[in-house]
Parts: sequence; C-alpha cells; structure tokens
Amino acid sequence: MENVLEVKNLQISFKTFFGEVEAVRGITFSVGKKETVAIVGESGCGKSVTAGGIMQLLPMPPAFFKGGEILFNGENLLEKSEKQMQGIRGNKISMVFQDPMTSLNPTMKIGYQIVEGLMKHNKMSREAAIKKSVEMLELVAVPQPEKRINQYPHEFSGGMRQRVMIALAMACNPQLLIADEPTTALDVTVQAQILELMKKLQNQLGMSIILITHDLGIVADMSDRVVVMYAGQILEVGLTHEIFASPKHPYTRKLLASVPRLDMNREERLHSIEGTPPDLYAPPKGCSFYDRCSEAMKICKDNMPGFDERSRTHQSRCWLNHPMAQKRNSMNGRGI
Amino acid sequence: MMAEPLISARNIKKYFDVAGGKLKAVDGISFDIYPKETFGLVGESGCGKSTAGRTIVRLYEPTDGELIFNGINIFKLSRKEMQEARRDFQMIFQDPYASLNPRMTVEDIVAEPLDIHHAYKNKSERSDRVIELLRLVGLNEEHAMRFPHEFSGGQRQRIGIARALALKPKFIICDEPISALDVSIQAQVVNLLKELQEELGLTYMFIAHDLSMVRYISDRVGVMYLGHLMELAKSDELYSNPVHPYTRALLSAIPIPNPDIQRNRKRIMLEGDVPSPINPREGCTFVDRCQYAVERCRQETPLFEEKSAEHFVACHIV
Amino acid sequence: MKAGFDISPELFDAAAKEDKNAEKIRRPSIRYWPDVWRRLKMNKLAMTGLLLICILGVMSFVGTKLNGFTYFEQNYSLINSHPDSVHWFGTDELGRDLFTRTWFGVRYSLFIGIMAAFIDFFIGVLYGGIAGISGRRIDSVMMRIAEVIYSIPYLLVVILISVVFSQAGQGSSMFVLIFSLSLTSWVPMAILVRGQVLQLKESEYSLASESLGADKGWILKKHIIPNTLGPILVNVTLEIPRAIFAEATLGFIGLGLQAPKSSLGTLANSGLAGLPVGNSYQLFIPAIFISLIMFAFNVLGDGLRDALDPRLRK
Repeated sequence: MENVLEVKNLQISFKTFFGEVEAVRGITFSVGKKETVAIVGESGCGKSVTAGGIMQLLPMPPAFFKGGEILFNGENLLEKSEKQMQGIRGNKISMVFQDPMTSLNPTMKIGYQIVEGLMKHNKMSREAAIKKSVEMLELVAVPQPEKRINQYPHEFSGGMRQRVMIALAMACNPQLLIADEPTTALDVTVQAQILELMKKLQNQLGMSIILITHDLGIVADMSDRVVVMYAGQILEVGLTHEIFASPKHPYTRKLLASVPRLDMNREERLHSIEGTPPDLYAPPKGCSFYDRCSEAMKICKDNMPGFDERSRTHQSRCWLNHPMAQKRNSMNGRGI
Repeated sequence: MMAEPLISARNIKKYFDVAGGKLKAVDGISFDIYPKETFGLVGESGCGKSTAGRTIVRLYEPTDGELIFNGINIFKLSRKEMQEARRDFQMIFQDPYASLNPRMTVEDIVAEPLDIHHAYKNKSERSDRVIELLRLVGLNEEHAMRFPHEFSGGQRQRIGIARALALKPKFIICDEPISALDVSIQAQVVNLLKELQEELGLTYMFIAHDLSMVRYISDRVGVMYLGHLMELAKSDELYSNPVHPYTRALLSAIPIPNPDIQRNRKRIMLEGDVPSPINPREGCTFVDRCQYAVERCRQETPLFEEKSAEHFVACHIV
Repeated sequence: MKAGFDISPELFDAAAKEDKNAEKIRRPSIRYWPDVWRRLKMNKLAMTGLLLICILGVMSFVGTKLNGFTYFEQNYSLINSHPDSVHWFGTDELGRDLFTRTWFGVRYSLFIGIMAAFIDFFIGVLYGGIAGISGRRIDSVMMRIAEVIYSIPYLLVVILISVVFSQAGQGSSMFVLIFSLSLTSWVPMAILVRGQVLQLKESEYSLASESLGADKGWILKKHIIPNTLGPILVNVTLEIPRAIFAEATLGFIGLGLQAPKSSLGTLANSGLAGLPVGNSYQLFIPAIFISLIMFAFNVLGDGLRDALDPRLRK
C-alpha cells in the first residue's frame, strides 16, 4: 500500500519556565491511502500535539521541532515555508476539531467560510464555489442547504456545526483528514450520526483519516489500524483486530480492561491503572509505563525497550517481548 | 423485598426564567433511592440531569415537588436547618479543575467541611483527619501542602471525593464525576467509589452520560430526556430489555470497544438533535425523533408508570 | 531486540513495588504569589517603576534631612535663589529650601495617595462584596446608590468640603483632603469587586462550598475574596497615582494642603508665580516629581495586570 503520510522519529518539545517538556518523543508511523489510522491515548500523551505538528499549527515558541520528519506524499512538511503550508492546509490536509465553535468564525456566514476556502485553494469562481458549498452541505446531510448557507454558526446545533466543520474540511477534497476528537463534545446519538457520515464520506471521496480519540468504542468502529500512544511515545501499533483481540503491551491490555462494556458482567471489577502518566518535563529514563505497570521487571526502570519487529503489522515496545523475559515467565508459570 | 427508601423524590420541578419564556430544565421527576444502592441517572447534554442533581441538594431552589430524606422534606427546611442537614448529603462535581479553589492547599480544601461545621477540637486532630481522608482516596500527607493545579485530573477528582467524605455523609450525588477524566483514570475513580461505598455504607446518585459506565456502577438506572424521566429499571433489566424507544436508540448508539461486535451491530439511528427545553409543547418530548410516534404522543404527555415489576416507563405505545 | 549492554537474566525479575511511584509529583511546587512575582520580575519596565517607588519612598524620609534645612525655615536673604551647591533645588519666594520641601511634598503626596487608595479598597471591597453576594434586589439597590454617588462631580464635592472645613484661604487639612478624595472614587472598586463576586459565586468551588453547608460570609471570605485579590491589587496600584494626581490638581488650584506643609501640587502652585520672572525651576521640579510618581505607579500597575492575567498562566 502506498503511504500518504509517513512520520519518522518525530520529536516535538515545548519550552517552559521549568525547562523543556518533551511532548512527542520520537514517534514513527504511516498512513496508507484510504486508510483510517486511530491514535489512542490519554490526555497529555502527545496525540493532539502530533496532529498540530503535522498541520504545523502549534504555537512556536513555546513549541519547537526537535527532530524527525513528516513526509506527505514523499515531501517533508517540516521544510515547507509558512506560505507553502497555507496551500496545503485546508486543501490537501484538513482538520476537524473537537469544538467546532473554535474553528468556525462566529461573525461570518457558514456559506462564506466554505466559499472562501474553495476560491482560495481551487481558484473557483464565486458562483461555482457557492454551488459546491451547497453540494457539500447536502453531502454532510445538513437539511435545507440553500437556506442554511446564509446562517451564522450560532444558529446551528452542536451536531450540525460539526457537520458544517466536516463539510468545510472536505470541500477541497483533501487526501488526508485529521479528526481530533471529532465527537467528544457531542451526545452519543449525535456521535453515531457523525461517525456514520465520516465513514460514508471516506467511501465516496477516498481520503485517508487520522482519527485521534480516547474512546476505544469509536476506534473499534472506525479504524483500520491503531497507534497506541503514551507519554509522548508509541507503545504499540497494529491492525484494529490485532490490538483488540491480542494486545501485546501491558498498557494496551490495561486500557482495554479499564473500559466497561455493555456486554460485560456487572460483578466483574474494572481493571484500573493506578497512578498517573509521567510528567514529560522529566521523562523517565526507562519504559515510560514502568511506574504503573503490574508486569514491570527490573530491567524496565532504567532501560528503554525497543520495538519488537517479529510481526510486520503488529509491534509493541516492551521488555516482555525479549526472549529472556519469555523464558523466565514460562519457568515461573506466568503466561503472557 | 427492598427496605424503606433513603430518598424519595416526588414531582421535582426546576424552571429557569430566560429570555423568551420558561426553561423547563426538570419537569416533574419522581424516583426512590434505597439505602446503600447506586442510582444512575443518564441522558444527553441538556436533558436536565445535572440540574436535577443540584436541585435535590438545593444548590438550586426547587420550583416544585418534595424530597423526603430520612423522613424529612428537605425542600421545606429553612436556610439554617439546611446548612446542618447538608452534613448528610454531599456532592462530587464534574470538573475537577473548577471545583477546587486554586488558592487553597489540598489540606485546606479537604478540611473545609470540617472547618465549616467545627468538627475538630485542635489543629492536630484536623490534620490527622485530613491525612486519613487523603489515604482513603489513595493520596498521602506528601500531597497535603500542594495546590490543586499541581495535580492531574484523576488526583484532583480524588481530592474532591476526600472532601465530600469528610463529614461522613450518608448520601453522595456524583455529578458526572468521571466525564472529564481519561479512560484509565475513570476506572480508578469508579473503583474507588465502589470500594468506599462498601466500606462506608454510602448511597450514591450517579449522574452521567456514559451509559456503559452507569450500567456498570448502578443498581438501578433512570433515563432522562428533556426534563422528563423516560424509563427507570434495574440496571441489568434496563440494558437487556429496554422498552422506551429513546432508551433503545441511546443504547444502540454507544460504540462497543470490540471491532467484531461493533461492526456487525444493527443500530437505531436517531434523526436530528435534542430540541430546546424552552417553552416545550404538550405531549411526549421525544415525539419528533421517535419512529413509532402516533398522534396521541403529540396530544398528551405520557405518564411515568410501572409497566412491569420495578420497571417504569413513560410511553404511550408500550 | 538488541541492547547495548549485557543483559543478565535477573533483570527480568519482577520489579520491586516500592521502586515504583506513580503518584509522585515531580514538578517543583509553585505557589501563586511567588509565580506572579516571578513574572513581574521579568517585566523590566514594571521593575523600574517598583524601584522608582522604593527610591522615592525612602528619599521622602531621608531626603528631608540631607542638607540640614527644614521645610518651614525662611531665609529672606536668599529668596528665589536658583539651584546651587547649598540649596540643591533652589529656594522659593520665602527663601525656604526647595530640596527639603520637595521631599516633604513627595512624602505627603505618597501618603495621601496610599491612604486614599486604602480607603477605596476598604469601602469598595466591602460594598461590592455585599452587593455581589446578596440577592438580586439588594444588589440592584446598592448599585443604583453607588451610581448616584459616582455621578456627583468630585471636584464640586471637594471644593464644597474644602470650603466648609478649611480656614479661609489657607487650604485644607490632610484629613479633609483624603476624605474628599475618596468620597466618590471607591465606586469603581466596588463595581469591579461586585462583578468578580457575581462571577466567582457561580464557580464550582463556591457551589461545592455551599453544598458542604457554608454560609455566604464563609464563601465570600474563603473563596471569592482570595480569588479577587489579583484584580483588586492592580486597581489599588492604579488608584494611588489617580489620587496623587487629583490632590496635585487641588493643590494647583489652591485647595491643597495647608501651608507651611507642602504637597507636590501646592509646590507647583506656588512655583507658577515664579514662571514669568525666570524662576521656572520652582514649577518644573515638582512637576517632574509628579510625573515620576505617576509613571512609576502606572507601569507597575500595568506590569501587575500582565503578571496576574490567568490567560498568560500555564
């Protein structure tokens, strides 16, 4: 599969009064054509910073790129000028945010905001752009698009606003859509509508999606592959069914076990992960999950594990993959 | 089979005056909560569940209705009597960032209820009790002199829980205590709440929009929509045998974290959004989104009735 | 997987529990006011202002004793003498040493400013706090009263009071001045405090406190006032130069402090007479000091506002 996006050893830090906060600590992943990749993780794990980094929408300073590259269609976005990025943003790569109110201009009519992007990126005439905007609103199932196009964002409900946001993001037919918690601010019944819509649009228009979320239910519903992030690093990547059926990293296992499911027995105890993620102002030397891991070994404290590359699709970063750990575990009768 | 209810809410109403009319946030809800159980209240945003919680503890003055707690009508108490009565029921808030005063140390925050009710004799008794409470929620004395902004969301929420427990209350309203937290932290807080319930014999009202979590923690669950209770039943009964069309749609909208199940489910898609609660019309509030709606649903508001044993529903067509 | 060191099998034993600490807070603890101070320190201009205020404050006590003259000692053989090595700022039309008199002026001006600001603070916080925490009806009555008071032109009030209390043509006493200056100027402070209280009263921590059984006074004292202190402090810092300027204005039009005491305003007033006869230093020296004080307090106030702004807080 050809990759639309390849992120290689990306490192993003923030300069603060305390010193440097290493928000993203060398992550590598790729997104194929028409593929949906979910990035899951807790708040502060670096997933939104990654998205902001790809779009180059981070405030600099305090943020700065410490290393790595972001290849979009083979070109490194980190070497682009701000002017070139403006041609890519909203055109080839679009983003949908958690709160549509922050990204829609409250003083402009909805239609105008879509038309503006179309005229700028696609060099369309005003009439053609208006026609296309109506089509886009129709596509995202906003009723009475000809009328709605002349309304302001506050006249729309939360779900409708997110639809408009998606229409806006999709208007220039981007190759890559980054959806940062697109449904977190919405109710479940509306969330279901929006997720259906995103699936439908992907089928019709064939874009790739990076879906950033903390909701494992949405991941199970939407994604082809999953990237599990923790404390600025990727701990595990794999195909969706691999991650859910046979998670390799203790963190992923714990994360899956900590969500109550509608089909689980109420007497079962939820597996909580004790403690809180490490503060990236002083990132741990060894495995970042060490403090909270119930399977931690002595080696984990000061030594960073590498990726286990035995499987092409499913890899994790854990000392338990080491042959010596597996040998000792089988000796002690501890199955993994 | 069940004992006397600890709390009986009858026909509780809370209206707000807004530009353009009356906002009927809670429009006549009735339920019982039994000792040592967890009563879940779910619904989408704007359905009035949080207002219901705040009205019950009289942070909002109720428009109508009565609330019997241990045989006394809480809504009839004077301001002074109310301040005393608050010892018995406490509240845990949704936003652990907003519910702790940023200028106070953790020790002062947790000790605030003790300070208000003069519940200690000297300084050392106060600090002993604070440390005991912090230990109860998995923190320790090392944290006492720090300020809220130094803690993570989960830790802050536990500080909030410690504060709520300080006066040894009987009943705690948990107002979306986990929705601002990360998944792994949610489990931590929920487990903590469950342990504390067993240990201290607490009764909870658990307000949330996350149906899977509510099912997990609650013994009985009520579903709210636009100020009304739509359905109320034992947790397992509600989830295995939902009757109200809204409950059914709501349950089917929750994504299940299992790709094999999730991708092969048949889902009931609801059209549109929740309508405005300002000046609602007569009739069932769900009628515009209900695929089974008949003419009668537009004419009269359905009564909230016990359709089968301990299973209450407000719907004309069941 | 390879590692760049020898891996002994023991390393794969389970880690000791006490070796892990997931609840530990690693960042250094920062309290609110030290953090504000840190940000204020980074603001060069505000620090210049603060330094200037300190120097002026110290000099208003030390400077009066430096060259051995007193503020009331008249020397008719040396009237209107220009600045020289004996009288550093020259003398006035009665032969009094202007250097000493200027520092006395700074002292009285600062004192009047600080006292007026303190009274504003006291009345404003009390009045605004009560209006904000009480119900809607009391609040609107109190605010209407405040607006009526504020709509009275303060100069008019001051002139009236001065006329009533002062001994004819001799200016006012310190008490009358401070009283008349703060008669109306506490209203903006009250409005500010009321706004803050209304907002913070709805905050979740205030609600939490109420749900714990706290009464209104408690919530005001423990939660609302401490969180309002920042904006109040800024307002107080900016109120001081306002009061000093108002006093200088009064002094300048002849309603200032009673002679032989001097404030910067009365000094400038008497210096005005020297302007046409070539003694402009008598006007300019107090004018420069008024400007310095205004500048110092204003940049400090602005710096404080920036340092306290929660949007700049991480």
